Amino acid sequence: MTRIPEFHAAKWNEPVVMEMGRPGARGQLFPAPEDEVTKAVGTDLIPHAMVRKDRAELPEITEFEAQRHYLHLSQMTLGMMGISLFGTCTMKYNSKTAEYATLRPEVAELHPYQHPDTLQGVLEIIHDFDCMLRSLSGMDQFIFQAGGGADAAYTMTAVARAYWQDRGMLGQRTEMVTSAQSHPCNPATAAAAGFKVVNLPLEENGYPSLEALKAAVSDKTALIMLNNPDDMGIYNPEIKEWVKVAKKAGALCFYDHANFNGVMGKLSARELGFDACMFMLHKTFGAPKAGGGPAVGAYGCTDELAPYLPCPVIVQDGALYVLDEDRPKSCGKVREFWGNVPQVVKAYAWARSMGAEGIQLASDISVVANNYMDKKLAEIPGLEISNPSIDLWRMEMTRWSLGPLTEATGVTTVDFANRMADYGIDPYWMSHEPWIVAEPFTPEAGELWSKEDIDTWIGVIAQIAEEARTNPELVKTAPHNQAIAQVKGDVFEDPAKWAMTWRAHVRKSGLQDKANGAA
Amino acid sequence: MTEEMRAHPWMANAAPGALQAMLDEIGADSARELFEQIPEDHFRTTPLNFPPALSSEIELKRDLLSKLKKNEDCEANLSFLGAGVWQHHVPAIVDEIVGRTEFATNVWGSYQSDHGRNQAWFEFSSQLGALLNLDVVQLPVYSWGCANGHAVRMAQRITGRNKVLVSQLSDPERLSVLRTYCQPTAMESHIEVVMVDVHSTNGRMDLDDLKSKLGDGVAAVYFENPSYLGTIESEAAEIARLARAAGAETIVGIDPVSLGVITAPGDYGADIVTGPVQPLGVHMQCGGGVGGFIASRDEAKYVLEYNGFLVSIAETLKEGEMGFGLACPHQNSYGSREDGKDWTGNSTYLWAIAGAVYMSLLGPEGFRELGTLIVSRARYAAKLLSEVPGIKIVWPDTTFKEFVVNFDDTGRTVADVNDALRARGIFGGKDISDEENGLGQSALYCVTEVHTAADIRALVHTLKEVLK
Repeated sequence: MTRIPEFHAAKWNEPVVMEMGRPGARGQLFPAPEDEVTKAVGTDLIPHAMVRKDRAELPEITEFEAQRHYLHLSQMTLGMMGISLFGTCTMKYNSKTAEYATLRPEVAELHPYQHPDTLQGVLEIIHDFDCMLRSLSGMDQFIFQAGGGADAAYTMTAVARAYWQDRGMLGQRTEMVTSAQSHPCNPATAAAAGFKVVNLPLEENGYPSLEALKAAVSDKTALIMLNNPDDMGIYNPEIKEWVKVAKKAGALCFYDHANFNGVMGKLSARELGFDACMFMLHKTFGAPKAGGGPAVGAYGCTDELAPYLPCPVIVQDGALYVLDEDRPKSCGKVREFWGNVPQVVKAYAWARSMGAEGIQLASDISVVANNYMDKKLAEIPGLEISNPSIDLWRMEMTRWSLGPLTEATGVTTVDFANRMADYGIDPYWMSHEPWIVAEPFTPEAGELWSKEDIDTWIGVIAQIAEEARTNPELVKTAPHNQAIAQVKGDVFEDPAKWAMTWRAHVRKSGLQDKANGAA
Repeated sequence: MTEEMRAHPWMANAAPGALQAMLDEIGADSARELFEQIPEDHFRTTPLNFPPALSSEIELKRDLLSKLKKNEDCEANLSFLGAGVWQHHVPAIVDEIVGRTEFATNVWGSYQSDHGRNQAWFEFSSQLGALLNLDVVQLPVYSWGCANGHAVRMAQRITGRNKVLVSQLSDPERLSVLRTYCQPTAMESHIEVVMVDVHSTNGRMDLDDLKSKLGDGVAAVYFENPSYLGTIESEAAEIARLARAAGAETIVGIDPVSLGVITAPGDYGADIVTGPVQPLGVHMQCGGGVGGFIASRDEAKYVLEYNGFLVSIAETLKEGEMGFGLACPHQNSYGSREDGKDWTGNSTYLWAIAGAVYMSLLGPEGFRELGTLIVSRARYAAKLLSEVPGIKIVWPDTTFKEFVVNFDDTGRTVADVNDALRARGIFGGKDISDEENGLGQSALYCVTEVHTAADIRALVHTLKEVLK
């Protein structure tokens, strides 16, 4: 019998920090300028027109009150300390050994404009890790400037622009071709970069047809951007032909390796014919995602594309590591400096700790665990696997549908996710837009979680499915065991009600009038 | 049991028999069998070429530290580097909170289970809004330069125009990012970046040149306050007035730690405001501490053009209780793919939490003291340096925490001076001699609250020795 967690989140009724404190309370003091300073420069230092006259309406609290308040907020954050099988994001343990290394001044107190001679340690780590990614992908050069996977996709579009501009063909190569189920960052960054996006529809077998690709690519195609396997857990077996077709049309081929966990050590982007790829260090490589960054999209490409990379590129020059800024064909920077260095250090630590064999085993485990999970989920009435006609083992994650359960009970996948939080289980990932199955959810087991964890997770899914039939209101009004009740969604699209700051909230909610009335 | 067979501490199912138990349950013979979707000729043929694994914590730590200790850092040395990443004091409480595993986690989180995180996000926006005197603050994007790129593209969509005016003396790093966002000229939706002159006497924007360049095609004027080279823009209100009269948006880049002493941009007519989040309690981290915010007035024409996450306060089903969620989620790329507003993804949201804690610790008086301390010590440094033979301060009386130090009359290059300083434990200011600014052999020095009067005297003393 699976143990179902009995859980209740911390519930502090914590005020918004703007409501806290008392006039004159202090959480941080700064020394006054030294006498010699004031004597030399006086106190009239800001141009009079620009002197701040109002007092910023910030809270006035003590150091302890700030600590306690934010500790309370952390306690009201599950943050994967339950069981999270959050598909597409590949939940991993984030090594504290690596974390603590990056808190040291040898990382935390480095400035990117220091002379490279003073940065040899961190440059060595970045270069060594670059070499490991080269081995995993077959690419010739990686850079880490991109601040996330989407930013690495954007890097690809910028590199493609520079590549075509260098050939005088940017006016002609105006289109990017992708699959309708590729991650939104691929079409979105291509559009923001100025390309027209061509989406290929999915066929019965779960991926777009080779014929559709052939019809879509032409001498207008600048690049294609693909992930494989997709979020359904389906691998496109025609990918080599895809790359051949695209390359025959002259297009660049980019492999979005967001779903790398199941194929790491098994596939090489270069051997499949791709010109470039990206890895997400905050997913596959064990650096924390931290609720949405700082992250790293490691972007790698062939020597043919390397001249167009954003600068600086970290290269080895004899015994020294240097920052190569001298790339006249560079596409320009996608972000300041050379990337989220601590995350690169953490990813390096992950890869070194796992080693080549560990990485191979991790991809085996993540695929076996997912198929184990699929078998268990299939035993729960009301759940349906995506592409049910495909009778093949799935890769490291699988898209599921609650469609039949919703039809029977009215309980949606959003309701279901709300209820999961009541059991101390991080709500699952549903699906990127557009939803191609009804009421989707997308679990991914990865190599972190034990079989017992997976069983517990499945047990909670089964329990909620049962609740949906016996007490649907309980599920629809969830969460009940969380720090707060279900948030009402009516304000989020209403300009008269949305409030992105406390000032806006005070103005719109009438708190200001109440305060004035009381005064 | 051999070394290779030991279960890795980060993989539960690496324990002996665990994988087999799952295989047995699903009726498969081997893990390899489950990869049946992948054609045989897709599997890689070249073996992985990795260094030996460091699976024990002891070995891993030794490797990391032995490499990292080859670095020289700004704690052991006296650094005057700024220009996009600045050495500020980080309160210990900030480090404690951003290090909490619930926040520094692998998961993106959810609105049902991560209420505390959502509240911290809202408190970042709320406190920054109070410093800016603006009602809308988005969660930070990748960097200040990226914030500028998105802000300029917002202005393009709002006005339907394709030109942005920026200072002739813009930071090359941020300018390069902006040009990337503005697309190459061959693209249909290219935004032209037009340079506006600055006054050579004080580094401020030349309003006559600005007027001559404003016109029907201009989507936005972007200026920084203080500017890249440190000058406080005293005519900010007039720039905003001129831009508005020409139908252009005013975008202002600001340093949030200046806002205890410098007027809030919401009070002088800024439409959209950007800036760095790193000064608000984030370590420099070799540039890995950067993030950029975007803020504006609370008007739908702006709100409906944001690219990322806008966190709104909202009622819950329980009477009198408040929670948080995402406003206007359908306009971002998660909601609308290529039809969304630019794109978004993982960004720098942990630094929003750092900023929230930092701002709550400082409060109004902390920011006022901090601004006073920084500007006082920076001017003191400029004054003492100007007394060193051969050294000139380019704009001695107009700057906040950064200022330009010119070495032309010393007969030495900045590179040469900085080499000599480095040998004596000092990182001199950023060498800006090759930035086509007409300022000769110059360096951009940064002085903050971490630099004491004694540190400044040490710099001056060492420079005198170096320049002898």
